[in-house]
Amino acid sequence: MVTSAHVWSIDSDGVHVMVGEADGEGRESRCYRAAAVVLATGAHDRVLPVPGWDLPGVYSAGGGQALAKGEGVAIGRRVVVAGTGPFLLPVASSLLDAGCAVAGVFEAGRAGHLMRRWTVRPWELLGQPAKVLELGRYGSTLARRRVRYATGCAVTAIHGGQRVEAVTVSRLDASWAPRPGVGETLDVDAVCLGFGFSPRVELALAAGCRLDDRHFVMVDAQQRTSVPSVFAAGEITGIGGVDLALCEGTIAGHVAAGGRGDDSVLRVERRRRKVLRAFASRLQGAHAIGPKWTDWLNDDTVVCRCEEVDVARLRSVVETSESLSLRSLMLQSRAGLGSCQARICGRTVEELLLRTIPSHRLVGEGSIDRRPIASPVRLGEIAQSRAFEVEG
Amino acid sequence: MIGHRVPDRDGAAVSTPITISVDGEPIEARVGQSLAAALIAAGTVAWRTTPRARRPRGAFCAMGVCFDCLVVVNGRHDVRACQHRVAAGDVVESSPWPDGRVSDGGDRG
Repeated sequence: MVTSAHVWSIDSDGVHVMVGEADGEGRESRCYRAAAVVLATGAHDRVLPVPGWDLPGVYSAGGGQALAKGEGVAIGRRVVVAGTGPFLLPVASSLLDAGCAVAGVFEAGRAGHLMRRWTVRPWELLGQPAKVLELGRYGSTLARRRVRYATGCAVTAIHGGQRVEAVTVSRLDASWAPRPGVGETLDVDAVCLGFGFSPRVELALAAGCRLDDRHFVMVDAQQRTSVPSVFAAGEITGIGGVDLALCEGTIAGHVAAGGRGDDSVLRVERRRRKVLRAFASRLQGAHAIGPKWTDWLNDDTVVCRCEEVDVARLRSVVETSESLSLRSLMLQSRAGLGSCQARICGRTVEELLLRTIPSHRLVGEGSIDRRPIASPVRLGEIAQSRAFEVEG
Repeated sequence: MIGHRVPDRDGAAVSTPITISVDGEPIEARVGQSLAAALIAAGTVAWRTTPRARRPRGAFCAMGVCFDCLVVVNGRHDVRACQHRVAAGDVVESSPWPDGRVSDGGDRG
């Protein structure tokens, strides 16, 4: 077991790891060759841009959760949580525990839609008492603390000079277009936004694994990817939560170590995996992003936070360029080329470009996830490492 | 109140307070805390200025993904505050670029 280890690359030589403090200097460079690799790189929040989302005091939902639950720090006196998905509930609950007042939880999906999608095939829900109870617990915590929970609503603007001071909450129609003229202003000093999750697939791509059309790593019943020696488990194969990830990881590890996927010792994991996956796809359907969220963007809304590229700039590049190449449009606009390497904005940039281009076609779509260097490495560390020595 | 640190609920000992320096000012932090959490707990929400529009930024994802929270720690540039675990005597500088200078000097048109 190697801790403080950061895998930064996978290539034909093996798995390249820097051992030492994150963002350190002179870390120890190692390269592991293995008969099998299990990838479990997880996911991070997808955050849709909102006017003012670049103000200090705006956090991704997972960021708010990490600071509140992981570190016990209150990110504000009065906070709103907005976006879509059941994850908003534990985030709000953690904020309360950390001492924040929660001014509201705003779920963009509308109640009727959520209810229909949540209750399809109701008999299946009977098989998931733990999951249903867990969500019920969060719900009752919020109700007990008198936290306002509203569906069909979104934070459509965030206001402030040097930090968050207020938000506008708008009612949405079924396609997530804000209804005109019915915004409500809430004074808050922090905001948590989450619209589902983006899988961290750079190492899987580097290893040559095939992704599905939703950009998750494709696996078979044994958690094996399209590359026979590479297995994947957890959120990179589909968003499903910790319990599903543990089942998948157990199966992947067993097979990677030479066991059989249909081994009777994995009976419980296989059954739980099936049940939890059904639950995950139920959530996926209920909390899909509505197409008209772009209606809440302004010309000067930042899309790419790192390179400070706004909506107007992205549009003008499409208008003045004849290119249909994602790469070329990114290079011209600088969107997605900053420090985070499009981890935060990539999906959004791709979506906005596709909508702006008259033909709605883009060459190289999906490649926005390709990042040969998966975690930051200093040039000096590469120079000192043996990563590029060719072995005889 | 903002930045209030909740005592551990199960009564476990709260980790030891230490002092770090942020732009020359001492702030109290706790061993094992991330630098981002220590800064927010001390009431600071922004500690970076963007190179182009010169806008304030602090933590956003708090999990090492967004690179918004970069600081200089003990002379080392480009350290993610959310990934750095504070140690006694850490010297943190919030802005690597003095006013009026742009990070890359490049014209992005």
